[in-house]
Amino acid sequence: MSSDSEALRGKAWKYGDDVDTDVIIPARYLNSSDPAELARHCMEDIDATFASKVGPGDFIVAGKNFGCGSSREHAPIAIKASGASAVIARSFARIFYRNAFNMGLPIFEAPDAVDEIEAGDRLSVDMEQGSLRNETKEKEYRFTPIPPFMRELVSAGGLLNYIAKKKKEA
Amino acid sequence: MGMTLTEKILARHAGRKGIAPGELILAKIDLALGNDVTSPIAIQAFRSLGGAAVFDRERIALVPDHFAPNKDIKSAEQVKMMREFAKEFGIANYFEVGRMGIEHVLLPDEGLVVPGDLVIGADSHTCTYGALCAFSTGVGSTDLAAAMFSGEVWLKVPETLRIVLSGRPAKWVEGKDVILHIIGEIGVDGALYKAMEYAGDGIAHLSMAWRFTMANMAIEAGAKNGIFPFDAATKAYSDGRAKRKYEVVTADPDARYAEEIPVDLSTLEPMVAFPHLPENTRPLSKVGNVRIDQVVVGSCTNGRIEDLRSAAAVIRGRKVHDGVRMLIFPATQEIYLQAMREGLMEAFVTAGAAFSTPTCGPCLGGHMGILAAGERAISTTNRNFVGRMGHPESEVYLSNPAVAAASAVLGRIGGPDELG
Repeated sequence: MSSDSEALRGKAWKYGDDVDTDVIIPARYLNSSDPAELARHCMEDIDATFASKVGPGDFIVAGKNFGCGSSREHAPIAIKASGASAVIARSFARIFYRNAFNMGLPIFEAPDAVDEIEAGDRLSVDMEQGSLRNETKEKEYRFTPIPPFMRELVSAGGLLNYIAKKKKEA
Repeated sequence: MGMTLTEKILARHAGRKGIAPGELILAKIDLALGNDVTSPIAIQAFRSLGGAAVFDRERIALVPDHFAPNKDIKSAEQVKMMREFAKEFGIANYFEVGRMGIEHVLLPDEGLVVPGDLVIGADSHTCTYGALCAFSTGVGSTDLAAAMFSGEVWLKVPETLRIVLSGRPAKWVEGKDVILHIIGEIGVDGALYKAMEYAGDGIAHLSMAWRFTMANMAIEAGAKNGIFPFDAATKAYSDGRAKRKYEVVTADPDARYAEEIPVDLSTLEPMVAFPHLPENTRPLSKVGNVRIDQVVVGSCTNGRIEDLRSAAAVIRGRKVHDGVRMLIFPATQEIYLQAMREGLMEAFVTAGAAFSTPTCGPCLGGHMGILAAGERAISTTNRNFVGRMGHPESEVYLSNPAVAAASAVLGRIGGPDELG
């Protein structure tokens, strides 16, 4: 996956703790799995402006337990299709964590950075170095490294490619 | 080193003798599950893999329950895709409207999940089957696609929280109140990435229905799974129902637990979770005056026959309050029939409640009872997030079926004892 080695850059959209999958993409839109349509309603119930104003490369920055609730993969799909490049949070709910990696949406646990980032701050992330820079506040942070197995998934291009590759080798 | 229930089941399915928290394993699955919201993405992913066959057509279950009976054209298209996929690949366990039910009640009742199993499902409440002393957890659609293809899933072995139950619950205190109490204590991420294993002599006082409710809401504490030990009740439920031979797993006496949480069931009151998180719990006596517009009894959490009996016992001979809509959702066709035979359905309809065909319906704001701005519901479902049952400015309070039924009569949140 090319994004693995690229630096990500954009502005911060800041939210609180326990952002659940029902506000990331409300169930009333789950009668579709079209990424563009899901993106139009991303974060709608906590921030009606997000979907129309989010810029390419922007970051969702949130508190603890981001993505709690449903197993809907529509949540990382909607975020990815919105143009956001990554989610940075204090912690993630486990199914969301899985789904994000399986979909190729990078996510990082960086509690210190989350506490100090304000909405609108310019951020850049270097995934290879494991560093996050708040350009507005001129501060730099390290984030929890992604476990080796997850990196393997990402470098194979997501779970499906990983499985296909294994099947071929077998 | 000793293993917990979860570690033991995972080790067996990974072909390992020992296993420790934090390890990543590739495990064989006994069953993979999808519904009408998550299967379409899984089916597209499966096709993109060029899958010519599923790993085992007997070990996949596809259940259209969320927006079924189809609520609109888009939902109809999603279910059509499932139906056609099931036919093309010979999926043995596809459940059509009229024979279907809410997945997490239907599959164990049909004997498709059995003790000792490792089950994954593209639905967060897949953790329900832990009541049977099985390991089950929710995953996404891509994981489901990969599992349908390979029959395997990658998992990180979780640490286990041991929840030790003692005492006997008081009247009107049900499994729902026990799990709401626990979530209120540890928070919606209190068991994040972890297994919740129940232990203690209090378990003997919990019916299988209550255990399903408690395992079902493990995800509401962030847990990977919730799991009960196998006992006489598990055996009585499983024998004559299990479609496969099952394996009884026990935790080792020297198993290691991350933490131990004692709960004295005899001290609990019925609990109500206030908006907008399941952890915002209050005992019923501290609820105050909360007027309601709607009451929902049903869902994978509380749509079993025992739940309908509990609500019907409260509502029988009484009337739903003028300002309230009460909606009942039996979780499966079998439960629907049973409710009819026992006269529960008549009790509800006579009281002025609506009685629906099985569906997840309003639980996730799909259809069949959506709330307008400013409206408030008390519901036996599992989540009360912003906009969960409809408008982002509506509110959902969570409770057990008896409290929900009493509230329907009172027009405000209250317990059966207030009805006189």
